[in-house]
Amino acid sequence: MKVAYWPGCVSRGFTPELHGSMAKVAPLLDIELVELDRACCTGAGVIAEHNQELADTLNARTFALAQQVQGADLMMNICSTCQGAQTECQERLDANAEYREHVNGTLAKYDLRYEKDNLANKNFLWVLVEELGLDELRSRVKRPLTDLKVGPFYGCYIVRPTDRLGIDDEKPRDTYLSLVIEALGGTVIEYAGMQKCCGFPIITMNKEASLKQAARHLGDAQDADADCLVTPCPLCHLNLDLQQPLAQRHASRALDMPVLHLPQLVGLALGLDPKELGFQRHVVKPASVIDWSTSVVAGVGDEGGAVSARGW
Amino acid sequence: MAETGKPPESYTLRIRRFDPESGAAPYWAEHTIELEPHRSVLEGILQAKGRFDGSIGIRCSCKAAICGSCGVRINGQPGLACHTHIGRAKETSRDGVIEIEPMGNMPVIKDLIVDMDAVHWKKVQRVTPWLINKEPIPEREYLVDRESMVDVTQTMACIQCGACVSDCLSMEVDPLFIGPAALAKAYRFVGDPRDAQQYERLQDLAEDPHGIYDCTHCFKCIEACPKGVAPMNQIMRLRRRAGSDHHISDRNNGERHEAAFVTLVKDHGLLWEAELLPRSHGGNSWFGKFAPKAGLELADSLPVITKAMLRRKVTPMGALKPHKIPSADLKQVQDIYDTVHGRDERLELNLYITGYDEDEAGAQEPAAVAASGGGDGGQTAAEGGQPGMTPEDSPTR
Ligand code: SF4
Ligand code: SF4
Ligand code: FES
Repeated sequence: MKVAYWPGCVSRGFTPELHGSMAKVAPLLDIELVELDRACCTGAGVIAEHNQELADTLNARTFALAQQVQGADLMMNICSTCQGAQTECQERLDANAEYREHVNGTLAKYDLRYEKDNLANKNFLWVLVEELGLDELRSRVKRPLTDLKVGPFYGCYIVRPTDRLGIDDEKPRDTYLSLVIEALGGTVIEYAGMQKCCGFPIITMNKEASLKQAARHLGDAQDADADCLVTPCPLCHLNLDLQQPLAQRHASRALDMPVLHLPQLVGLALGLDPKELGFQRHVVKPASVIDWSTSVVAGVGDEGGAVSARGW
Repeated sequence: MAETGKPPESYTLRIRRFDPESGAAPYWAEHTIELEPHRSVLEGILQAKGRFDGSIGIRCSCKAAICGSCGVRINGQPGLACHTHIGRAKETSRDGVIEIEPMGNMPVIKDLIVDMDAVHWKKVQRVTPWLINKEPIPEREYLVDRESMVDVTQTMACIQCGACVSDCLSMEVDPLFIGPAALAKAYRFVGDPRDAQQYERLQDLAEDPHGIYDCTHCFKCIEACPKGVAPMNQIMRLRRRAGSDHHISDRNNGERHEAAFVTLVKDHGLLWEAELLPRSHGGNSWFGKFAPKAGLELADSLPVITKAMLRRKVTPMGALKPHKIPSADLKQVQDIYDTVHGRDERLELNLYITGYDEDEAGAQEPAAVAASGGGDGGQTAAEGGQPGMTPEDSPTR
């Protein structure tokens, strides 16, 4: 499968391990990534908050660039927030022909044009379930995540609003993380905060409230006995991992909850080395918290010994 | 989805019972009732109350999604009991039993009845929910242009049910947050061209540490609202007016954060995160981070930043050098900024009003509503104008 690939800003800035692990995992799933390196930031909702037309035009430009990628089946992102921000713009562009023409009018200067009904934009999570398929994913697992207790953390933008995101009985996209964790051989840990807000959007405006949100969800996951969390959103990762030492103050206890990016979790099960997946870049190091020798590795015998001997 | 004409089926309700005055802990009570699937969850509760236990506390009146008194949580999602089909509620339940709880973020008075006065109504009062007339008051009616009234119809659809307040994620950690329903109400007056104190209202809401910049953009209120009010969208419009129209530089960094974000993407095409935080606190230029306020923030974040550096997440070079897109593309992006910023009025497409092309009525409506109204002439403003499209199905899932 060939995809026009939008990595987002954060995956190339503060969380380079996300972009890196996606690049490592894609070939193992026969996904060809054609990076949209000419596209700009989706605005993460903030540009739309400032000026809707500006956000819609910038994203229409990205959609047009994606539509120019020869032979691509769809556009793929690795960020819940990008998914939400882009889907919001796409909804407006698709809803109204006159408005779409207005925006295309701005783009005409650059020989770009967004065509309606010709661009599916899906997060890697949706691609895994809807394009690749869970059976196919399962068949490629080399190192099942046996005994690994994983708490899903979705982030807001990829689960709400349900109608805009196309979540319904046929496509229960708000349950996909659980399906993927299971397909990879892991155990799903459900907890209260899994579809709540990580707090990142207000970290500069109300830091206390922001960190309290992160602390609450991390604590809930800890109480539910999760070994780690997995998220399809790098912004959630920032608040849950990078800020965890500060969030901890609001939980009044040690949290020590590793947070994995979705491609990292998939990569682990596909047999990639944690180092290749950038685990060492996390603030809460997965290695120091999870006893990998009884979780992931238990399922594969000898190979496991070799891996844990590296001391990650 | 309305399955009229189907025979009655039995449904089991699991109702959260709690009487704070009794001193006993909350508990679940299960009752099985008979109803046609297209009937409402409210009818189910009332049947349980009538047949099995008259002491179940539930508030209701209109049974038609008008009065806003029957807000509850059904299978964990907030909504109106009278506006949720019981058949659908069973489908969305975890184990075939329909779980009904009181709304969140408000204290329980008894069972499914929460104290709206203590939270919701207090917050609505907080935003001065009445029109402050422009002077001089005209002898007859005010003349305003049609668009500017269409712009506020969405907020007028609110029935004050509190479903959005119930699950607001900012309020969950900051009970002082003014919240979705009250802020939507605030936009109803800020957006009204007859109101005399738009600037003052905006300044008040921007400066309040629990005001418009305290919303964490989680879409919960949009999902919860049975009337399509989309409170979060109204909050974003308040921010747009406060920041972009009135340039209110608030103490919460709200306006600076937005300006810094927008400028960084214009300058680099991509977001340069390392610069966003100091600029949001200090001011929107490279020098922003040297402002005292930014220094304080950096000091507070130091444990996090050094840890990140140790993990090589943020390399010193990475933090200093922005990532960029190719220069020809950056030019296009900047050109788009200039084009859009150069327009006489800001374009805003509100799908609540225009609907979708597929809708018969939608396509004929004006394509976009100019958000910065306030022109003269036009028609008389009428309260409660009918929006082009009212979302029919409650999003209660
Ligand atoms: S979007 Fe804002 S107002 Fe709405 S529920 Fe979330 S935090 Fe509350
Ligand atoms: S905005 Fe919607 S959910 Fe909130 S009180 Fe009004 S009608 Fe109810
Ligand atoms: S009883 Fe009036 S809204 Fe439900």
